Amino acid sequence: MSATPRPPSYRGQTFRDSLSVSLTVGSYGAAFGAASIAAGFSVVQTSLLSLLTFSGASQFAVIGVIGAGGSAISAIATATLLGFRNGLYGLRMAPLLKVRGLRRVLAAHVTIDESTGVALSQESRGEEAMRSGFWLTGIGVFIFWNLFTLAGAFGAQAMGNPAAWGLDAAVPAAFLGLVWPRLVTNTDRFISLAAVALALVLIPISPAGLPVIATAGLAVVIGLRKKDSIPHE
Amino acid sequence: MNKLWWGVMGTSAAVFALKYLGQSIPENYLSHPKFKSINGYIPIVLLSALIGVQTFSEKTKLMIDHRALGLGVALLALMLRAPFPIVVISAAASSALLYHFT
Repeated sequence: MSATPRPPSYRGQTFRDSLSVSLTVGSYGAAFGAASIAAGFSVVQTSLLSLLTFSGASQFAVIGVIGAGGSAISAIATATLLGFRNGLYGLRMAPLLKVRGLRRVLAAHVTIDESTGVALSQESRGEEAMRSGFWLTGIGVFIFWNLFTLAGAFGAQAMGNPAAWGLDAAVPAAFLGLVWPRLVTNTDRFISLAAVALALVLIPISPAGLPVIATAGLAVVIGLRKKDSIPHE
Repeated sequence: MNKLWWGVMGTSAAVFALKYLGQSIPENYLSHPKFKSINGYIPIVLLSALIGVQTFSEKTKLMIDHRALGLGVALLALMLRAPFPIVVISAAASSALLYHFT
C-alpha cells in the first residue's frame, strides 16, 4: 500500500466499513463450510474451494449441483456463469486500481461482490479511499471467509447426518438469502419464480445438474427482449 | 481424480480466469447493454433454480419433505428483514425439528 497520508477520519471510516463487511460476510463462510461437508466434500476440498475459488455464489453452486448428483461439467458450468459477475466487477475496478503483475493477480482474486461494493461506496471520499476500501474488504473477507469455512466444515463433520441437523435445508436457505437482495423489480421476481418452475419441470426428465444450468437460457431470452435499457449504437 | 476434485479445481480455475480477464481487458469490451442485461439475470435464474432443486428433489425425483418447511421459514425470516445467519440457522433448525418428528 502507498503511504500517502489521508485525513485520519476518512481513513478510520473506510477501515471501519471494510472491517464490518469483512466480518459479517466472512461469517457466512461457516454456512458454506457446513453445507459443503453435507454435500459430500472433504474438509480439504471445502477449504480449497474457499481459498481458490473465493466467490460465495459459485462455491455454493458447485457443492449444490454435485451434492444433488449432477456431473462435474454441469457444476463447473453453473459456477462459471455465476462467476461472470466477478469479471464485470474487474472491468469497473481495473481503471481505479491500476495494478500490474503479481498485484493484478491478487486484485483479481479478491474482486468479489463485497470488495467492489465497498470501493464504490467510498466514492465521495476520493479514489484513495476507494482503493483502500477495495483492498481492505477483499483481503478482510478472504481471511474471515476461509477461517469460518474451516470452522463450519469441522463443525458439520462432527455432527454426522446432515438432515438431522437441518443442513440439507440450510443450503437452499443460503441460496434464497443470496438471491433475495437481487429481487428488486417485479420482473426480477417473475424471473426468479419462472426459473424455479422450469428447474422443477426438468428434474424428472433430465440428468441431475442440467435443470439448473438450463435456466440460464431464461436469462438470455429475457435479457435480449428487454428493450428499455438498450440505447441505440 | 473424481468428480468432486474436478468440481473444486475446474471451478477455481474458471472463476479465477474470469476475475483476471475482467482486470485485464479494456472496459468497453463487455459493456454491450444486452450482455449486461443478460448477465444481471444470470445470478437470479441460477440461484432460484438451485433453491428449487435443493428443496424439492432427491436425485431426479420430485418430493416435498422437511426441507420445504426450512425454506418457508427462511422466506419468512427474509421478509422480516433478518440477517443472513439468522435466515440460514432458522431454516436449519425448523427443518431438523420436522425431520425428527417424521
